[in-house]
Amino acid sequence: MKDLLKLLENDARLSPEKLALMLDKEEGDIKAMIEGYERDGVILGYKTMIDWDKTNTEHVCALIELKIIPQRDRGYEHIAQKIYNYPEVESLYLMSGGYDLAVFIEGKTMREVAFFVAEKLATLEDVTSTATHFVLRKYKDKGIVFGAVPTDDRGNFI
Amino acid sequence: MDYNNILSDVVKNMAPSGIRKFFDILNTMKDVISLTVGEPDFKTPWHIRVAGIESLENGRTHYTSNSGTVELREEISAYLERKIKVSYDPMHEIIVTVGGSEAIDLAMRALINPGDEVIVPQPAFVCYGPIASLAGGVPVYIDTKEKNRFKLTAEELRSVITPKTKLLVLPYPSNPTGAIMEREDLEALAEVLRDTNIMVLADEIYAELTYGKEHVSIASLPGMRERTIIASGFSKAYAMTGWRLGYIAAPSEVTGQMLKIHQYAIMCSPTTSQYAAVEALRNGQSDVEEMRAEYNRRRRYIVGGLRSIGIDCFEPEGAFYVFPYIGKFGMTSEAFCEKLLMEYGVAIVPGTAFGTCGEGFARISYAYSVEHIAKALDRIEKFTRNY
Repeated sequence: MKDLLKLLENDARLSPEKLALMLDKEEGDIKAMIEGYERDGVILGYKTMIDWDKTNTEHVCALIELKIIPQRDRGYEHIAQKIYNYPEVESLYLMSGGYDLAVFIEGKTMREVAFFVAEKLATLEDVTSTATHFVLRKYKDKGIVFGAVPTDDRGNFI
Repeated sequence: MDYNNILSDVVKNMAPSGIRKFFDILNTMKDVISLTVGEPDFKTPWHIRVAGIESLENGRTHYTSNSGTVELREEISAYLERKIKVSYDPMHEIIVTVGGSEAIDLAMRALINPGDEVIVPQPAFVCYGPIASLAGGVPVYIDTKEKNRFKLTAEELRSVITPKTKLLVLPYPSNPTGAIMEREDLEALAEVLRDTNIMVLADEIYAELTYGKEHVSIASLPGMRERTIIASGFSKAYAMTGWRLGYIAAPSEVTGQMLKIHQYAIMCSPTTSQYAAVEALRNGQSDVEEMRAEYNRRRRYIVGGLRSIGIDCFEPEGAFYVFPYIGKFGMTSEAFCEKLLMEYGVAIVPGTAFGTCGEGFARISYAYSVEHIAKALDRIEKFTRNY
């Protein structure tokens, strides 16, 4: 049921009770569907979008492009696993185009990220090159625009 | 200056909006959850805004032809053919107006002679009576009934027709009730109207917002196109309220006269908005569908929510309002809404704002996020438990 997934993708806090009303279903059915999705790995988790720049926490994010020589029998899976197991790795994508793996790293400082790339990624034997791009500003992520707190400026009542 | 002698008697005698006081209170309060507005919370879809912006970048800053750009009139004509299966000649039967509001004003001014009667079923949007009066007409109100799902019935219509009746306003899907008129309901009215010289002003501004049932226009019934003026626009369907763009579709004998008024009073509708509207009609259908689906989820949520806290609510099938019955709480609509606002910080509109027959009801808009509606429902529940 695509509607249910879309609603939860937008707002994971919607209760089964609310979802049932919105989708014209029984609350029990909604609960069962969500449990089913969780069991089958369709729903993988629930997170909160945070604009860390608005907190006092030190925080940097970088995109690292990796070029890889894939291994004959294991393709990219093996090297991907070696990389995504690091908790510093926020996202990892296999890409078409000019490089092979896009690694998103979250760290406290640029220095920390740079060391991680130099020590943990560049040294992997299948990696032939790395290019590190620091994120200077997030404008929009997962459909949410950063910085803008929506206000209701509708002034006409009738 | 003796302004009392200077100002127009008709204008002076127009009643100001009865709920001004209520909204003056609302505006001074903090932490109010408002469910009052009558326009979409969505912003105009970005590709439509871009079309407006690009028209400015390309220097489209002049007047258009009085009745609107040919391109837009052709798109409106094609749209009406798709949506309600009625053909209108884009060259002679369509005028692009400043919102649906101007379309209503044009219709009244083009038709009404002094003393002509204009039938307005209520509860209804507030403008019809005052505009009819300004044009020299006499509004004749019909109180529609909840037991009829706030539809206008043939008997009700027949009972108010006199030799002076000029125009029937047919504002469905309805603001404030959310009622719709289905084919058989319209057929019954058409049966009454076919032998008369009465014209119908079909305000179809909410035509894209029906849930589960397709909107039917009275103009599409046999013999009715010639006696119908369609007033519609882009505000509700495409979330374009601020662009102020609507249109009239009517037989050329009528639009020909309207165009003179439009020419002298307005010149032409905003050019930027016309370019945006072309994009809306060409590529905006999926936006309409997405917004409609979201309104429908909210509609089910709010109707279910109200019923679960003991507030009776007839099933609205159009627009984005619910019109629950609150008479059982032993207060007038205005007292109920004022108490809810002052003591529980939730603003909804007393049904009486839409005609005296709105007594006992309140209009709640669901052009708000589910999260916002949920907060309001929590407070309303506390109110109903403690009242």
